[in-house]
Order: sequence, then C-alpha cells, then structure tokens
Amino acid sequence: MDLNLTTDELQFRDELRAWLASNVPEEWDEVREESLEERFDFLKSWQRKLYEAGWAGISWPKEYGGRGASLMEQVIFWQEMAQAGAPPMANVLGLGIIGPTIIAFGTEAQKKRFLKKILSAEEIWCQGFSEPNAGSDLASLQTEARLDGTHYIVNGQKVWTSYGWAADWCELVVRTDPNVPKHKGLTVLMVEMKTPGVDVRPLRQMTGETEFNEVFFRDVRVPVENVVGKVNDGWDVAIGTLMHERGTFGAGLQIIYKRNMDRLIELARTLRRNGQPAAQDPLVRQKLAQCYAEIEIMRLNQMRAFSRISATGVPGPEGSIMKIFWSELNQRFQQIAQELLGPFGQLTSADSYAIDNGAWSYGYLRSRGNTIEAGTSEIQRNIIGHFVLGLPRSY
Amino acid sequence: MQFGLSESQQMLRDNARKFFAGECPMAEVRRLMETDTAHDEALWKKMTEQGFTGIIFPEEYGGVGLGIVDLILLMEEAGRALLPGLFFSTVTLAGAVIDAVASPALKNKYLAPICRGEARATVAIPEASGSWNPSEAQSSVTNGRLSGEKLFVADAGVADTIVVVAREGVFAVDSSAPGISVRSMQGMDLTRKLYSVSFTGTPAEKIGELTKLARALDIATAGLAAELVGGMQRTLEITVEYAKTRKQFGKPIGSFQAVQHQCADMYLETESARSAVYYAAWALEVNAPDAPVAVSIAKMYASDAGRTVGNRGIQVHGGMGFTWENDLHLYYRRAKASETAFGDATYHRERIARLVIDAGAVAAQSA
Repeated sequence: MDLNLTTDELQFRDELRAWLASNVPEEWDEVREESLEERFDFLKSWQRKLYEAGWAGISWPKEYGGRGASLMEQVIFWQEMAQAGAPPMANVLGLGIIGPTIIAFGTEAQKKRFLKKILSAEEIWCQGFSEPNAGSDLASLQTEARLDGTHYIVNGQKVWTSYGWAADWCELVVRTDPNVPKHKGLTVLMVEMKTPGVDVRPLRQMTGETEFNEVFFRDVRVPVENVVGKVNDGWDVAIGTLMHERGTFGAGLQIIYKRNMDRLIELARTLRRNGQPAAQDPLVRQKLAQCYAEIEIMRLNQMRAFSRISATGVPGPEGSIMKIFWSELNQRFQQIAQELLGPFGQLTSADSYAIDNGAWSYGYLRSRGNTIEAGTSEIQRNIIGHFVLGLPRSY
Repeated sequence: MQFGLSESQQMLRDNARKFFAGECPMAEVRRLMETDTAHDEALWKKMTEQGFTGIIFPEEYGGVGLGIVDLILLMEEAGRALLPGLFFSTVTLAGAVIDAVASPALKNKYLAPICRGEARATVAIPEASGSWNPSEAQSSVTNGRLSGEKLFVADAGVADTIVVVAREGVFAVDSSAPGISVRSMQGMDLTRKLYSVSFTGTPAEKIGELTKLARALDIATAGLAAELVGGMQRTLEITVEYAKTRKQFGKPIGSFQAVQHQCADMYLETESARSAVYYAAWALEVNAPDAPVAVSIAKMYASDAGRTVGNRGIQVHGGMGFTWENDLHLYYRRAKASETAFGDATYHRERIARLVIDAGAVAAQSA
C-alpha cells in the first residue's frame, strides 16, 4: 500500500495542475440561465480544448488519441479537475462507457474510426439499452435487428436514453436471434443517429428537463461492420459496458459531490439557525460531518477498486458497491442540503430569492433518479448477493 | 499510487489469520470469556514469539519496526478471530502512547518490556464524564502522587503498568503500587474486560506531556476501527454461509431478495469501513496532514457499521441468531463496546466538523 504518487505520477500531476490553472474557465457553473443545448455546447468546446492539449482519454492507447498513461493517472486527472473546479467533459457516456467498450471489444477499424472523435467531443454518444418492457430485466429486450445482405434492419423502441437529444451515435443492444434463450440472442450495434428511421423524442423528467429521450427505430439500416464484438454475443459486450459504467463512472461524480459539499459548508457558515451561523448548530455539524465522511469514503472505495483494476486489468463486480454508495449518498446529501436551506431549498432558478440559482431544488429532485438509473439499487443488491457473495439467484 | 496490500502485507495478514485460527479458535474464545481476565499467558507468549507485541516499535527497543498499516492488518485479523485479552490494551494502545510521549530512557524502561512480551499494560483515560478526550481528565498528580478515579480501563486486572492520563501529563503507574484499587466493571463484551481503577496518593512516574498524546490515540482509535472491520468480516461470512444452507419454503433463504439485500448491505458496509480504515492507517504511517480527519472518518463509519452489520447478521439468522450458542452475539457485544470506546460516531462527527468546518478550509485530499 502506497498512496504517495510515483515520480511519473507527480510529474503528470504538476503538468496538469499548471495547465488547469491557466485554462479552467472562471465561474463557469455560476450561470444557469442558458438552455440545455447552449450549456452542452460550452461543455463540448471545453472538452475539445482538453483533448487538443492532450488531457482527454488519459488511460486510452496513444494510437487512438489517448495519452497512453496509467489508470492511476486517470484518477489523478479527475482529482485535479475537482481541485481546479473545472467543468465536466461533454461526452460523458462516450468517455466512460462506449470508448472503453470499443477498446475492449471493437475491431481495429472501429477503434480508428470512433475513438478519437469520442475524445474530441466531435461525436457525442448515447446508449440504447432499456426499453418500455425491458428495464431491470434488460435481457428480455425486444428491439430486433434482421440481417438483410450487408445491413441489419432495426425496428423497436428504446427509453431513458440519456443525451439522446445531443448524440451523434448510439450504442444499441438489439435482438438478432429470437429463437435462443434471451441472453444468447443479443448483439451490440453502433447506430448513427441521423440514419433515416431514427426518431428521438424528448422525455420530460420530474425535474422538468428533457435530459432523457425515447428513441424509436423504424426500418433503420445499420451496416454489418458496425457490430461490436460477435453477433449474438451482445450480452457479454453490454455487461462489460455496464461494469465500466458502474466501475469507473463514479470517478467524475466524486468530484461533483466534493464541490457540492464544499459549497454546502460555505453556505452553513452564512445561513443562520437559532440566532447563530448554521455551521455552529450541533445537529447541522453532525449531518455535514457525516456527509463529508461518506464522500471521502466514496473516494477511497473508488481508489481501492481502481487499484484492483490496475492490478488485474478488468473491473470486477465490486463496481456494484460503488453504484449503491454514490446514489444513496447523493440522496442523503441533497436532503441535508434541503434541511440546511430551510424554505429557500424549494426555490427554483426562476425565483430571484433562490440560493445558487435554484441548484439545490434541482439537485434534490434529480437525486431521485440516482437509485434508478444505471441499474436500480435493488438490482445492484441482487448482483452483490449472487455474483459477489455467491448466494443463489432469486430469479 | 497503489491502494492495495503489498506482498509482505498480504503475507502478514495470512500468517496472522492462520495463527489465530490455530491458537485461538472460537472454543478458546468461549473458554477465556468465562474467566475473570480473558487473558491466557500461554497464548500471549506465542503472540510474543510471532513478534506481535513489538510490531510497530523501533528495533532499538526490541520491536519489529513495521508500519501502522501492518498493525492495522493484525488488528483486523484479531477482530476477525475475536481475540480475547490485552493485545489491544498493551500494544496498540499503551505501547503506542509510550512510544509517542516518552524519552529514550523511559522507553527502555516501559516500552522494551512490552516488545519482549514481559510487561502487560493498559491506558486509563475516561473518568466519571465517560469522555475519551484527554483534556477532560480530572485526575491529578502532586509531588509524584496520583489521585483520582478512572473508568472503562480495559484489561487493568492483568496489566503490570497502567498508563494514566492526568491533568499534569501522562504517567506510568505500577499496578502493584500502594493506593490502587482495581474493580471489575461488568460490561457487555465478555472478551475484553473493563475495570474501574481508583488512585489515592499512588506513586506515579511522569513519562510525557499531554500534547504528544494525539497521534498515539489516533493509532489506537484506528486500531480499534480495524478490529471492528475484522468482526464485521467474520459476521458477514457466518451470515452468508447460513443463508446458503438454511432452507425455508423449500429453498435456501439466501435466494430470497429480502435476505440477499441484507447481506449485500453488510458487504457494502464492511468494505466501506475497510477502505476508510486502511486509508487512516496509511495516513498515520506517512504522517499525512489529513491523518486526524481520516482516523475520525474511519472510527465514525466503523462504529456505526459494526453495529448495523451485527443487526443484519442476527436478523438473517432468525431465532438461531438470538441464541447464546450462536457466535454472532459475541461479535455483537464486542462491536457495541468498541463503538463507544475512543469516541462513538457522534464524537468523531463533531471532531470532523472541528477539523473541516471550523478550520475554515476543507482538509486537502491527498494526491
């Protein structure tokens, strides 16, 4: 065990720190008046800037536009981004999930074609996994792909598609063989979103936003060279992807939580309770300290998991702890923020009395989705029960 | 950066696990818990031969000179085995305190015999207020004579030296000195015996200043948190095994999600506590600036998780979990005692608040 940085890691950190110090846009998150699209364009240009300076895809191979550095340097990257208060990168799913999947399962041609454009945010990605009748029971999905010469013809519907509205490409799981057990007949396709027959419709969430979409596929033609991995091997490709999602996705989230925590502590020093600063109130102190500790433990769990990935090369089912941990932690954190803000907590960005432009009312509502998206807490606990602890399957 | 165990650390852990399984199985734990002191001299001698008693102390005093992470791994295994007796009191607590506060001459006098396995020791901190904060001590020394009453002193019944935190500093008291009265306190944990110790004009030798105490108490606190993690790990293992074999409605109860999810939460809590404890140990080992926060985070989380993992384990066992015959309650009792020792979760949350909120700046993350 040595949590000190190696000489190489130290050099990497110092170089990155210096670059961030002169390139992070100031007060980028203070303004929330712009539209979802305008904000996303800003994040895309920020990611492009990072890419051009050599800071995107830290642990991806050099020949595909990455930095070819270690996973630990990837972790350092997230930590430095947090300390610098840098904006997140736009291509969240491309960087966290689809890129790693292509690296693991893709052909040489696919790697050359797609990876650089993921890093530069030139092509934004979404995932077509869930369907109206295939949520937790993902393998029962019905969207079908029928082979027609050099193309698959795709028909069906996906739902809860994050970034569907912004995406140029979709990692789509389809059924290519309906006559075998449900896990055995699936295939992963890469589908260009502007292909005729793809119809993206906004899905309005309880936050009022349309971050998610429904995506309809009607006789959509996808070239066979866009299959990722083997035909009918899509379950393993998709599960590999989900493990990336659950395993490495959290690194960026921890940054956001830490920033939110720091901000809440700052607010506690100015907001008053019982005639004194809230930060002096014993109960508030207890709750803030609990959250502070859990956010730190989230970081430590991640670092242990990353160390395991570094040593063994693959993310293990331990990722399931992290998903439960970050999602339930954020719900507790948002509730405590609400308690601290009192009646002001409910105010939205439309109200001039709102603290931080309504970020806290948004965060509170948005956090309800955390324990549902990317595998519900219930499914995560099933996964730990069966795959980690070896208990018999419940279904 | 590598947040995993090195080969030698894995070896130390595996050896310790093997040693405790062989020398201190549950039958032996149950035998010792029925004795007055829960101490076994033969077992202590074997632990000394393993180098356990000198594990983190400098070689010049007969120690092994390993790091805090090594000690924490040993404490974790001791917790997993529910090791009775005074390893924690003598080594992780008293040894660490003497090592932190005493001069070389006094270390030769008090620490070297601990390393050699010749002296048994403990530290007396709380008094009537029940606080582990040394600054709340009222016991006082005048002209080398100590007066006051200490409570919740672990293993005082077998200690040769009682290290006492008093208003004027840290003192060593010979347990056979005049004016000492050691009385058993009847606690929940049967495997670590507690005592009240009163001093009336008892000769006491000053070994160091209170200002040097903080780091030693952090080492002991992290050690106790590690011991809690070991207990959680064993409780989880016993419970998962039971869920796989116990059948109801014609199926193993572990196939029911209500049971699986309890086990999954036990796993999450155990692993999270372990992450926090390992980090605290490393931070202490390298004297990282955030070591005090890291220790409080570890003890806070392990204090609560030790209890909830026990709650879940007993619940999954149903009626069997409520019996004396089942081992779970022995771990549960230890977890409850360790939850409050060296500050419960509430105490450490307030300490985190002082270090993080009041300091005006959030403690720097390492790396």
